[in-house]
Amino acid sequence: MKKLATRAVRKQKKSEKATWELRLYVAGQTAKSFQAFANLKRICEEHLGGRYQIEVVDLMKNPELAKGDQIFALPTLVRKLPEPVRKIIGDLSNTERVLVGLDLRPRA
Amino acid sequence: MAKKSKLPMDGIAKCPTGIQGLDEVTFGGLPRGRPTLVCGGAGCGKTLLGMEFLVRGATQYDEPGVCVSFEETAEELAHNVESLGFGVNALISQKKLAIDCVQIERSMVEEAGEYDLEALFVRLGQAVNSIGAKRVVLDSIESLFASLANEAILRSELRRLFRWLKDRKLTAVVTGERGEGRLTRHGLEEYISDCVILLDHRVTETVFTRRLRVVKYRGSTHGTNEYPFLIDRDGISVLPVTSIDLKHAVSDERISTGIPALDCMLGGRGYFRGSSILISGTAGTGKTSVAAHFADGACARGERCIMFSFEESADQLTRNMRSIGINLGRWVDKGLLLIHAARPTTFGLEMHLVKMHKIIRDFDPSIVVVDPVTGLIDSGTQAETRSMLLRLIDFLKEKQITALMTTLTGGAAAQEQTEVNISSLVDTWLLLRDIESGGERNRGLYILKSRGAAHSNQIREFLLTDHGVELRNVYLGETGLLTGSARVAQEAKDASQALLAEQEIETRQCALDRKRKAVEAQMAVLRLELETEAEQSRRLIAQGQIKLKKREQDQDKMAKSRAVKEGTRAGNARSARASEDRR
Repeated sequence: MKKLATRAVRKQKKSEKATWELRLYVAGQTAKSFQAFANLKRICEEHLGGRYQIEVVDLMKNPELAKGDQIFALPTLVRKLPEPVRKIIGDLSNTERVLVGLDLRPRA
Repeated sequence: MAKKSKLPMDGIAKCPTGIQGLDEVTFGGLPRGRPTLVCGGAGCGKTLLGMEFLVRGATQYDEPGVCVSFEETAEELAHNVESLGFGVNALISQKKLAIDCVQIERSMVEEAGEYDLEALFVRLGQAVNSIGAKRVVLDSIESLFASLANEAILRSELRRLFRWLKDRKLTAVVTGERGEGRLTRHGLEEYISDCVILLDHRVTETVFTRRLRVVKYRGSTHGTNEYPFLIDRDGISVLPVTSIDLKHAVSDERISTGIPALDCMLGGRGYFRGSSILISGTAGTGKTSVAAHFADGACARGERCIMFSFEESADQLTRNMRSIGINLGRWVDKGLLLIHAARPTTFGLEMHLVKMHKIIRDFDPSIVVVDPVTGLIDSGTQAETRSMLLRLIDFLKEKQITALMTTLTGGAAAQEQTEVNISSLVDTWLLLRDIESGGERNRGLYILKSRGAAHSNQIREFLLTDHGVELRNVYLGETGLLTGSARVAQEAKDASQALLAEQEIETRQCALDRKRKAVEAQMAVLRLELETEAEQSRRLIAQGQIKLKKREQDQDKMAKSRAVKEGTRAGNARSARASEDRR
């Protein structure tokens, strides 16, 4: 399993239209972390084309960052942009819920 | 500053909360290194208890603390308790306190798949490490149940959280909302079983009372009652209800009642120090005056005294007592006397009690006067009042404070029965009563009981004069006790009778004198007669003797002349004459 890049802005597709700014909070290199990252990447590829960037924050390394975004559960995906800020908690295995959470699907 | 909280008699180590009274109820504090659940309804003081636990820990026991709030922001929290005199912001900047607020907005959070609450652990761990915290408050973790849909995850994570706290030896206070039919709405008590404290507030007859109860405390004894508590400027004060055993030390010292005649009635020496005295009586019988005398006397001896007045304001009481010559104002000015006046209905009964405790603790008096205790009935039911007074008396006895209470008996009620049935609790009971006779209403005083001291059985008339209370001797007439003008009449009658008796004595004395003089005169006359007779007798005797001598001489002459004529017959004649003389 390859190492998760943390705290480094990892632009998936360099694009001028990168309007989606996502931040994924995890704790350590756990299976759940990788799972969440993989799920996120897949969903972004499918639904956002190249207009996104993902930042991964490992709270094991930077615990002080949890406070700022009011993180309490892990993993947590925070949609910083576009506003308003949205949070999705879990390993993102439920694609439907993720899409609803990102406002890509209307709420049921 | 840091205290070792290990109590050898109790199995487990305890962490003193520093909250007034709570450490007494829990016999030392909360279980050290374990979480304690504090539950109760909205507005019962859970958050405050938690915050005070942290603030006292930081300021008194040198144990920094972390508060994780799920409901309020750090600013709100700091502001809320700031009004209670807790300098939260200062403690935060001194790194003795950390506040982290976890805000979860349900609408902003979507759950998609498996998750855990590791981030909470991370944040808590971060806060604990940053200040080296020993204490943690989670307020109120139950709001997670409202924010998160997956209860199964939440429950397993909570279990893990409490485990985590225990592993780090953090003494934690976890608050939870009271649930229907159980302690907390979401059953937090399942996870926190070491110590559970229940806070409650209720309104009985329009009076609000807060109560605290230690529901369970594993591995330790604890007070099991409901303890009333108070939230005021100094935070929480819990009032341990009764001393479990009657063990207060007693004193043989006697202190004056402030009324010399009353001292006499109480075996000449007044009340016992540290005893409780009850003065009961109907309206206007002078209860407050007797109480004021006591306070006045105590202050004059240099003792400190508190008067709790539930009927008159401090100024009114001072003015009224001035009219009978008692100047309470000067003692107030000297700081020896504190008059605390409050309407009984201002607070609930418990609040009164807690307040009184606080005032007594702060002022440290040797004498406390409560005037009248019956006023307190307005603040609660009779049973509550009785239990409150019992607690007050116990508290005062423990502190060796002499307590004097007055109680008003209704006109129709039995005289020898107090409104709240506290007579059995007191050591000395004075009864003031009206005595109606001869178209007058007068005051009488008697001692109903006085434990452990000789006391008068008399009913004494009791006068309020401009120089204080006076007790008069009683007059028992054919119609019973004489008071007022009947007594005055009796006094006058007595006085005239005494005068008569005096005169009679004088007369008798004179008569005796005269008699003596008469007898003496008679005796003089008799003596004179005797002397005259004696004189006469002496003269007759002398004449007789002279006659005898003369005859002898005559006979001698005759014999001489005979002897010349017939010498032989002379001897016979002489012997015959000698026998005649002998006869």
